[in-house]
Amino acid sequence: MATKLGILRKAATQLAVLLQKCPRVTDQLAISSRCMHFTYVPETPPKKFGETTKMNFFQSITSALDIALAKDSSAVLFGEDVAFGGVFRCSVGLKEKYGADRVFNSPLSEQGIVSFGIGIAVTGATAIAEIQFADYIFPAFDQIRNEAAMYRYRSGNEFDCGRLTIRTPCSAVGHGSLYHSQSVEAFFAHCPGLKVVMPRGPVQAKGLLLSCIRDNNPCIFLEPKILYRSAVEEVPVGDYMLPLSKADIVIEGSDVTLIGWGTQVHVLKEVASLAQQKLNVSCEVIDLCTIIPWDRDTVTKSVLKTGRVLISHEAPITMGFGAELAASIQQDCFLRLEAPIERVCGYDTPFPHVFEVFYMPDKWKCLEAVKRLISY
Amino acid sequence: MQFFRTFRPLGNNTVPLKALQGCSYSTATEAVHNVTPYKLHRLEEGPKTTVTYGRDEALKYYRQMRTIRVLETTAANLYKSKIIRGFCHLYSGQEAVAVGMEGAITHEDSVITAYRAHGWTYTRGADVRSVLAELTGRKTGCANGKGGSMHMYAKNFYGGNGIVGAQVPLGAGIAFAHKYKNEEKVCIALYGDGAANQGQIFEAYNIAKLWNLPCIFVCENNGYGMGTSMARSSASVDYYSRGDYIPGIWVDGMDVLAVREATRFAKDYALKNGPIVIEAFTYRYHGHSMSDPGTSYRTREEVQEVRQKRDPIGKFKDVIVQAGVVSEAEIKKIEEEIKKEVADAAELAKNDPELPPEELYTHVYMDPPPNFKIRGCDDSILAATR
Repeated sequence: MATKLGILRKAATQLAVLLQKCPRVTDQLAISSRCMHFTYVPETPPKKFGETTKMNFFQSITSALDIALAKDSSAVLFGEDVAFGGVFRCSVGLKEKYGADRVFNSPLSEQGIVSFGIGIAVTGATAIAEIQFADYIFPAFDQIRNEAAMYRYRSGNEFDCGRLTIRTPCSAVGHGSLYHSQSVEAFFAHCPGLKVVMPRGPVQAKGLLLSCIRDNNPCIFLEPKILYRSAVEEVPVGDYMLPLSKADIVIEGSDVTLIGWGTQVHVLKEVASLAQQKLNVSCEVIDLCTIIPWDRDTVTKSVLKTGRVLISHEAPITMGFGAELAASIQQDCFLRLEAPIERVCGYDTPFPHVFEVFYMPDKWKCLEAVKRLISY
Repeated sequence: MQFFRTFRPLGNNTVPLKALQGCSYSTATEAVHNVTPYKLHRLEEGPKTTVTYGRDEALKYYRQMRTIRVLETTAANLYKSKIIRGFCHLYSGQEAVAVGMEGAITHEDSVITAYRAHGWTYTRGADVRSVLAELTGRKTGCANGKGGSMHMYAKNFYGGNGIVGAQVPLGAGIAFAHKYKNEEKVCIALYGDGAANQGQIFEAYNIAKLWNLPCIFVCENNGYGMGTSMARSSASVDYYSRGDYIPGIWVDGMDVLAVREATRFAKDYALKNGPIVIEAFTYRYHGHSMSDPGTSYRTREEVQEVRQKRDPIGKFKDVIVQAGVVSEAEIKKIEEEIKKEVADAAELAKNDPELPPEELYTHVYMDPPPNFKIRGCDDSILAATR
């Protein structure tokens, strides 16, 4: 009972804080879910990538796809509604530029889209498939897990579908409800043979997507849909690739390591700044970028330095990818840990319709966890 | 426009049977109506093309269709003012399918559909307020505010399903249960022309025919699977024939009486022989969902033309008024009543109580193990479920 009251109290406090921050409107529910739970701070790309222009997240995806299609004549792009630009406008203009035989709509058939892509890729051509929402990827789960991930291993490297990339919009968007909000990375991280990537902004999206498309392993590229329009920054116009399986230290710090990916990186950046202001605690923020195979070295080095870790993701806590990170970190850094590893994640419930604001691992919940870490 | 099949407008082919002289209220009690010919697949004989209907039925169907239309317009407005969140798919244009089918089955028969569920939820017996309150996420919603637009339920209405096509094999399972229990009931399993290409549909066809289940597979063909027209997504757009070894009927889905007659035939057939497919050729006025303006893959003129020439409500009104079964004055009165009913319901749905926060973690498991708790955002937050 005490725990339940505790939850309610916490939830009420969080809502109150959110409402305080929101403009006054009569309908409280609408207000609370309309607020974005983070602020996007634009990043500056490395100079070596050359000339830049302002792009939002979906335009940077379009730019990557454009380059991939231009430089690889075998590349094809397909999925539901892709030819007319896609529901999130990621492929606008590409059919006109590369023709309807390279950029085309598929029937509404997720299993068909993925298996078709595997077939294309196994002949050595480049297949870029789109699943309209990550929540819809599960009809294709069998193809991804049993066919794509295992093709190379089971054929003794005679055949593979390494030129397959599956793009799909994921994660919370403020009002997506049960079937337009899920973060699905952990399901696929459990399938050896796949690579799973989730970028945090336009610059990473373009570089990582080009790397996925050109990587010789089947990749699942998860695009946090809340960023499509809200994340805008200078993005290199040319061709560049960012390395897979390489985490980014987004903010350097010395006391606590905060690990996240996708949208959650922006939440953690705010947590770091709150921790500095309110607690005088220096946080190091790591964007894992590639979920699997993940960059164990960067994480280990950071934790050996700080001795305290918070892992945060939107997917439910149980068996989320944070569980794997926590287990690995305690093995690598056991004697250096100053406090039990903290995880602030989604609830172990379906993604809720009206309670998104409670479900989300927001910065206040994360800040509480930082307090627990430093006062242990 | 290329997807339109040769389509014969109904015109004035309705004849009153027992028209009596009336003033402001019509008094004819029965009329006949000729429907656009059906197309048949593996059937020697199809449903009747001359349909008789009564005054009470005409009033009922008109009221139901108009209510759905106003309900959906209200939902669209609430969505635009951000009172409804989540995704919201409207049924406007397709009203004759739900209302016509309900006219031929009983509330003991079962229905399952995908996410375009508001109209069906209403015809299955949920009131307007509970549909709107579900959309606004209130306790009085038909799924207690936990489902939202795509997940609505009522007695013998199994939803309201988010993944396109996934509901169809479930429908075959429901039909199996009816057969197993020796019930004289059918299950209507609905899907769109987009979902018609999902592999699961064909698995369901096979099982249903193999075991001769009393299942009516209904393809609500509105011409577009999201932004892709049927001609660009389907190798065969004759959805009524895509059950191959399962007989099928094409029906004008914009004619409530034709849909009713086809469904009556199909129910009778399914109870005697096993599964049957109906393709109801219809149209949706709004975009796929509220985030789709619905104009990037079709022209405004196309939508306008359907509204003018094929609208299921306007056309039905012409039919029943010309037949002398219902008067213009009665129509007007019904429309005013509906306007008020829906506006009142919307007001309630806006102000009904919100869910208490613990509803976030209830209904995950039934009878969980002793001391089982739902894990929250961190290990210190645990909640008892129920």
